[in-house]
Amino acid sequence: MKRGGVLLLVLPSVVYLVVMFVYPFLYGVFLSLHPAKGAAVVSLANYLAFFGDPWQLRTIAVTASIAVPNTIVTVVLALAVAYAMRRGIWAERTITALLVLPIALGTVLVAEGINGFYGPKGWLNQILQIAGVADPPRLTHNYTGVMIALFVQHFPFCFLMLLGYISGIDPALEASARVLGARPWVVFRRVMWPLIAPGAAIAFALVFVMNFGVFPSAVLVGQPAGATRTIAIAAYQQAFEHYDMSMASAIAVVMGLCQLLGLAVVVGLRGRLAATGVATVGAGKR
Amino acid sequence: MTGRIWRLAVFVFVLGFTLNLVGIVSHVAVSSLARRWFATPLPGAFTTEWYAYAWREFQLADVLTVTATVAASVTALALLLGFPAAYVLARRGFPAKNAVLLLYFLPLLIPQMTYGIPLATSLYRYRIGGTIAGVILANLVPMLPLAIFVLLPFVEQISESLEWAARVHGAGRFQVFRRVVLPLALPGLLTAGLLVLVNTVANFELTFLLSGAGSQTLVVALYYAVFAAGMRPIYSVDAMAVIYMAIVLLILVAALRFVRPTQMVFRLGGK
Repeated sequence: MKRGGVLLLVLPSVVYLVVMFVYPFLYGVFLSLHPAKGAAVVSLANYLAFFGDPWQLRTIAVTASIAVPNTIVTVVLALAVAYAMRRGIWAERTITALLVLPIALGTVLVAEGINGFYGPKGWLNQILQIAGVADPPRLTHNYTGVMIALFVQHFPFCFLMLLGYISGIDPALEASARVLGARPWVVFRRVMWPLIAPGAAIAFALVFVMNFGVFPSAVLVGQPAGATRTIAIAAYQQAFEHYDMSMASAIAVVMGLCQLLGLAVVVGLRGRLAATGVATVGAGKR
Repeated sequence: MTGRIWRLAVFVFVLGFTLNLVGIVSHVAVSSLARRWFATPLPGAFTTEWYAYAWREFQLADVLTVTATVAASVTALALLLGFPAAYVLARRGFPAKNAVLLLYFLPLLIPQMTYGIPLATSLYRYRIGGTIAGVILANLVPMLPLAIFVLLPFVEQISESLEWAARVHGAGRFQVFRRVVLPLALPGLLTAGLLVLVNTVANFELTFLLSGAGSQTLVVALYYAVFAAGMRPIYSVDAMAVIYMAIVLLILVAALRFVRPTQMVFRLGGK
């Protein structure tokens, strides 16, 4: 075999992903632009219909009202906890293994667990009543339920990602700053944050994109016909309840564009965040 | 002083979150064993009959057969297609390498709901949608890149001089692969296999969009059961949930023997 022959080994996987990932994507875009069956002309009718129908357009606002606050809360808390644990903690392995649970178990099981535990007859409500809360707020089958479900799902994801990132930063940098008299806040602000910012930006982008595609939680712990009818639900309904694949593809494209917009904002901010001008080396894998 | 308050706050938060996780999981487990349970700390009487009920009513024998078929096929195919790719990526640089890496990365980055709908549309058009084959082919889209990215560091650790040494001593390319590379890559294949396995069993969106009546995996069957809450006693739904949980936990415990929990998520800033 010639020298380049070994490169052929990547071919099967590349061909597979082109056929099963790139092609359907392009086909979806094509389909969304051809609402009438067999019509050769490109038409924006699907997109106009989507943006002209308040019931459909609303899904963008609904999804954003879930995804944006949830992403901010998740990333800020995960960052705080991961930063506090950067030097290792007691029973770290057990705690981190426990945190992997919701990621491994998946959204459907977490949703069912939340419906029980946070439900009107669940343990949390019983504890609240014993604690003297006469009329505890409803926590499932509404906006709050979806927020809880997404947080339970994505906090561990974000935390583990940032923990791996932060604990890979050379401890000598922090130690030097301390020796030179920097207080904890200054160490964070001037030394650690510039190193953490790129990782935090990626974590933010990933969590936002996942939050924006929320489907099972929005159905199972939310109110899929009203307060938590997210854009993924709208796309699913078009495809599998109205069998309008053309419109469904259009909604999927809109969803993808919204996620892309979120990414673009994060990438834009990342340039600013990291531009604090201190050390940019030392971040690596654990 | 502020340092201590800060540490206390973090500790309380982590404790609270952990308790909340334990509560979520154990509420399901307790409910699956309850004869009846209504707004009391624990059910009055316990029974295991919901498991038999769930097994019968949700046709779990069939569902588990489908789940095992899908999970085993996806794992085998992901390793089969993924290992050669990881090998080349670890060993060679080539002109379009960054484009190829991007192609592998996108299915992991883009949420499944976004590309799942066009994918389902095309697969239904070719009449593969709704079949077990369709579920396998769709799940392979994110699992193949996952396998490649897990395998990559393992292959990078295998010194290339071992391969050269074998070649110098007269081994053919296939022999080098069979006798040198494969045995050394075995831990990587095992890790990647377990991670793909657990992710396929738990993967919801793509399976949900592609599965028909006879091709539902356990997690999709569980979704429909939770969705149609009220059709069947909640205790039987929770019994199914516990069976699902047991299977995932079994694979997860095996996987955690080989990987650190922080490796189960995206590696930030790695390559």
